[in-house]
Amino acid sequence: MAAGAILKTTGALITIGTLVLIGTGLFYMLTGQGHRFDIAWFLTSTSPHMWAGLGIGFSLSLSVLGAGWGIFTTGSSILGGGVKAPRIRTKNLVSIIFCEAVAIFGIIMAFVFVGKLADFRREELTDSPADMVILARNLASGYMIFGGGLTVGFSNLVCGLAVGIVGSGAAIADAANPALFVKILIIEIFASAIGLFGMIIGIVQTNKAAMGNK
Amino acid sequence: MGEFLFNIDHGYLEALIRGFKTGLLAQSDYANLVQCETLEDLKLHIQSTDYGNFLANEPGAITVQVIDEKLKEKLVTEFTHLRNNALEPLATFLDYITYSYMIDNIILLITGTLHQRPISELINKCHPLGSFEQMEAIHIASTPAELYNAVLVDTPLANYFVDCINEQDLDEMNVELIRNTLYKAYIEDFYKFCKQLGGKTGEVMCDILAFEADRRSIIITINSFDTELSKDDREKLYPRCGKLYPEGLIGLARADDYEQVKQVCDYYSDYKPLFEGTGNGAGEKTLEDKFFEHEVKMNVQSYLHQFHFGVFYAFIKLKEQEMRNIIWIAECISQRHHNKMKKRLRDVFLRRTECRANSRMNTRRRVRVVWLLRVSAVAVPTCSLSSPSFEASFMPS
Repeated sequence: MAAGAILKTTGALITIGTLVLIGTGLFYMLTGQGHRFDIAWFLTSTSPHMWAGLGIGFSLSLSVLGAGWGIFTTGSSILGGGVKAPRIRTKNLVSIIFCEAVAIFGIIMAFVFVGKLADFRREELTDSPADMVILARNLASGYMIFGGGLTVGFSNLVCGLAVGIVGSGAAIADAANPALFVKILIIEIFASAIGLFGMIIGIVQTNKAAMGNK
Repeated sequence: MGEFLFNIDHGYLEALIRGFKTGLLAQSDYANLVQCETLEDLKLHIQSTDYGNFLANEPGAITVQVIDEKLKEKLVTEFTHLRNNALEPLATFLDYITYSYMIDNIILLITGTLHQRPISELINKCHPLGSFEQMEAIHIASTPAELYNAVLVDTPLANYFVDCINEQDLDEMNVELIRNTLYKAYIEDFYKFCKQLGGKTGEVMCDILAFEADRRSIIITINSFDTELSKDDREKLYPRCGKLYPEGLIGLARADDYEQVKQVCDYYSDYKPLFEGTGNGAGEKTLEDKFFEHEVKMNVQSYLHQFHFGVFYAFIKLKEQEMRNIIWIAECISQRHHNKMKKRLRDVFLRRTECRANSRMNTRRRVRVVWLLRVSAVAVPTCSLSSPSFEASFMPS
């Protein structure tokens, strides 16, 4: 079963990652280099562009994952239901469009986030307090975009799943009884709103983000 | 998690089978069919339903036999399509459904051979869903051990048969014992499989199979009164996966008459209502009818959940019930027609009213006609000799 393979791979990756992390931690600690395990150092010395890039990547890829998953769930039901009730095929494209909208949210947000990116060179900064403020602002911007990306990505992922499952039910219900379609469509609209919530919060989260050496 | 991943492999087939299910005849279709005067009328009416022109290419006059064959053929076509498109674990699940038909076929063949019928005639009477390669070789077996070694060892039923190898020879009584032992092993295995699948499938199917198991236990008990079947032997035939297991089954094993069976079932809220208001008089429903209604209800309810395999099982069962209904109507029509030929018009009318009123009483006799060879031994008639009744017909709203 394909799904089983996906789950097993994910499980294996998570296990290997955790083991590597614990192993490294133990190695540093037992060799007297425990101070190297410094989270603050890690967070301040990494590039804000990396975090921003990760955020943009998550927002787009998770949204597309959710949308694709939803379209698959709905689509296979529409295919099956359409065999005996061909009239459902056009109407139920609405469900597919709802799923597609999830991917579009992700793309829009990715564009908004990309717009926040700006040139920033840490090596030009000195130790003066004014430069420290600039550094802090840039680091914060990186994390804001990262956080915004996760918000958008995960809310769109579950939104896609929800819309997909409801859409699959809508297709089957419509095939059995056409009167049910509009009612289930309302449920689908509510499911679709989850993605919109994520999008709004993503915008608010990154409102204050401003990168650059000035 | 089930609903996220289910559609990856089974979404198409699940929606398809729901499409098939909406094609089942509704109450209004039955109302039309009952009005039919001849089998030609019946054919016309059926054409307007989901069956379409499945009788169109039939040359000559239509007989009940032909309708029966064509109905089965249509079911098998649909089932084969599902089976060919199924991925694991749905494929195994669908195979499990066919095992019960295989058991029926084996028993039919053995019983037929006992009655010296030619094997070619018997093969035609077998249900096509349960046909398997080695089927034609079955008449060479004269003891259960031979049957196992020569025929069943390569079939999926081999595991179920292990318990009955020690029976001495194949007489009518033993054949019934074998049938019920096979069924017991089958239901328990199917139950285990569904439990292992878990999720919604496990939930829905375990309920249906638990009821099936309990129904068999109760029917076996009631039918075994006043026969040579000992209580110990009887207890061995109870499938141990129902809600009656274990306390209820112990009670059933001790029961001596119908009242005691009823007392045992009084403790179970699911079964208590089934025993209330049953009887053999006119206008009353028999216990078996009640069981059928309950089964149909459970099957229809399985369609209230999505993302599980129960709908496939339920569809086959509902379709089976529908086919029995159609055949029963056709049978009534053809009998009427026969009388018309003899120009006994008044009788025709009488017969028609009687036909409707005593549908359930006619059933027993009719079943014998259709399943000529499925002799229900006195000892343990099974619930596979089922009674089609209008009341029991599922009614998609």
